[in-house]
Amino acid sequence: MTPQPGLLGPAYALCHREVIRFFRQRSRIIGALGTPLLFWILIGSGLGNSFKDSAQSSMSYLEYFYPGTLVLILLFSAIFATFSIIEDRHAGFLQGVLAAPVPRMSIVLGKILGGATLAFIQAVLFLVFAPTIGISVHPVGWAILLPVLYLIAMSLVAMGFFFAWSLDSTQGYHAIMNMVMIPMWLLSGAFFPQEGAFVWVRWIMAINPLTYGVAAVRHCLYWGEPMPTSLPGLPLSLAGITLFGTILFVLSSWKIRSTTARDLG
Amino acid sequence: MEEESPAVEISEVDHFYGHRQALTQVTFTVREGEIFGLLGPNGGGKTTLFRIVSTLFQPSSGSVRVFGHETRADSDLVRQSMGVVFQSFSLDKLLTVEENLKCQGRLYGLSGSDLQIRIEDRLTKVGLRDRLKDRVGTLSGGMQRRVEIAKGLLHQPRLLLMDEPSTGLDPGARIDLWRYLKKLQQEEGTTIFLTTHLMEEAEKCDRLGILSKGKLSGLGSPRELKSEIGGEVVTLSVKDRESASKKIAETFGAEVNIQNGSLRFEIPHAKDRINDILNLLSEEPESIHIGKATLEDVFIHRTGHRFWEEEDSES
Repeated sequence: MTPQPGLLGPAYALCHREVIRFFRQRSRIIGALGTPLLFWILIGSGLGNSFKDSAQSSMSYLEYFYPGTLVLILLFSAIFATFSIIEDRHAGFLQGVLAAPVPRMSIVLGKILGGATLAFIQAVLFLVFAPTIGISVHPVGWAILLPVLYLIAMSLVAMGFFFAWSLDSTQGYHAIMNMVMIPMWLLSGAFFPQEGAFVWVRWIMAINPLTYGVAAVRHCLYWGEPMPTSLPGLPLSLAGITLFGTILFVLSSWKIRSTTARDLG
Repeated sequence: MEEESPAVEISEVDHFYGHRQALTQVTFTVREGEIFGLLGPNGGGKTTLFRIVSTLFQPSSGSVRVFGHETRADSDLVRQSMGVVFQSFSLDKLLTVEENLKCQGRLYGLSGSDLQIRIEDRLTKVGLRDRLKDRVGTLSGGMQRRVEIAKGLLHQPRLLLMDEPSTGLDPGARIDLWRYLKKLQQEEGTTIFLTTHLMEEAEKCDRLGILSKGKLSGLGSPRELKSEIGGEVVTLSVKDRESASKKIAETFGAEVNIQNGSLRFEIPHAKDRINDILNLLSEEPESIHIGKATLEDVFIHRTGHRFWEEEDSES
């Protein structure tokens, strides 16, 4: 009889698998990093100076859009990472994991850590563009930014896990991506600030967890600089995104407790 | 006391998918150290039962115990005591053989040099030691199945559970697989519980359970099951099936089934009575075949229909 596996050993194994798989599928790098990069350059340059943020009036749209693009990279990576849950189910890998004496939470955690690590690496690669648009991040900002990016990535993977597990087809996941995840990002302050929006949009933005993610990233990138008052503060932002991630982690762990015929493809 | 509990004890298991009943009151035990085969056509409930024993599903009612531990209450203990080999490959094709096994080992609480030794040892036993660094996707189907088995046995389980282990294997690979399973049983005392729809595979098991339409309709060693059929099996093709069937039933007191346009019945010492049979008929038969009972005959005898018929009607 082998020792009872703990929570972290299996999570590490599953996380490691994610990372290996990623580097053997080149197309995923282009998908998750390339698309947001293209959006950023095209939309950012296209709107150019025609965008005026009331608080940070000197800012070009390329710069305004930058933190949102970072979060978009995290979101896309999280979506790609959780897509594989549907694939794994059809390919049988998941059955093997579910039949192992592993705490169910550990399975979710493995996926979250793996997906978040990959998302984080890609976001960090994108940070090299920060100086090109004149953002120079304070050392304290850096120190907080990196864990914040990882935290947001974990929350987004947890969300992706929850949806991917609930759906049996990649088409269904596409629908969720287009109808839930992308709008979440659009209304997070990544694309336009809260203050100019209609009241109902502002309300949605206020309850959108990703608003707090984008706000946290802005606080870190502009550490020590005055921020618009409409932007949620850093502690609130961190609390918001942590709460969101925790809820989805728990929901996902709860969801995979028992499997049905559908789950095994 | 735990030593005495059977490897698998299935009691009164029912399973429903919505309103469709997939398993009805299935009860049997798998003894420690034996190779037990669950024989039945696809769609007969084998995979459902397999998933229940492997703890992936919970039965709608009834219970399953593995070495005395209930699958529902002690799922982790059950999971630890068995290795599971699925019909669809559970290996990650993008990973190497070694990476797959490492991942598996960690899921079972193994690590470090102990894990490394086990991986090399298992792969040597299935003859794939030199493929350690190859990606699984580059291996043949037979090799993948062997890696799959090495994966299932990595934590040295007392029970190996396999769903249709011969799927996708060519005849040579099937022979190798069985040689390995027998060796595993003899040398390590591992109990093997497998599902199959292949008669020749079922013949190799120590004991069999016949699962048809969700019900257990036979249990015993292949020899026992076949000996239940009291004698030889005669298959007869004639034009006038009705009258021939009636005459045979009257004369030999045998139950005559009409299967695929042929009459089929069992009588003792059929060989010596072939002339009696022929004299009885009012016509020359197209063909007459006398043979020892096969497991397929047992299946027909027990369920009243042909093996493949059920499969066709299910799909």
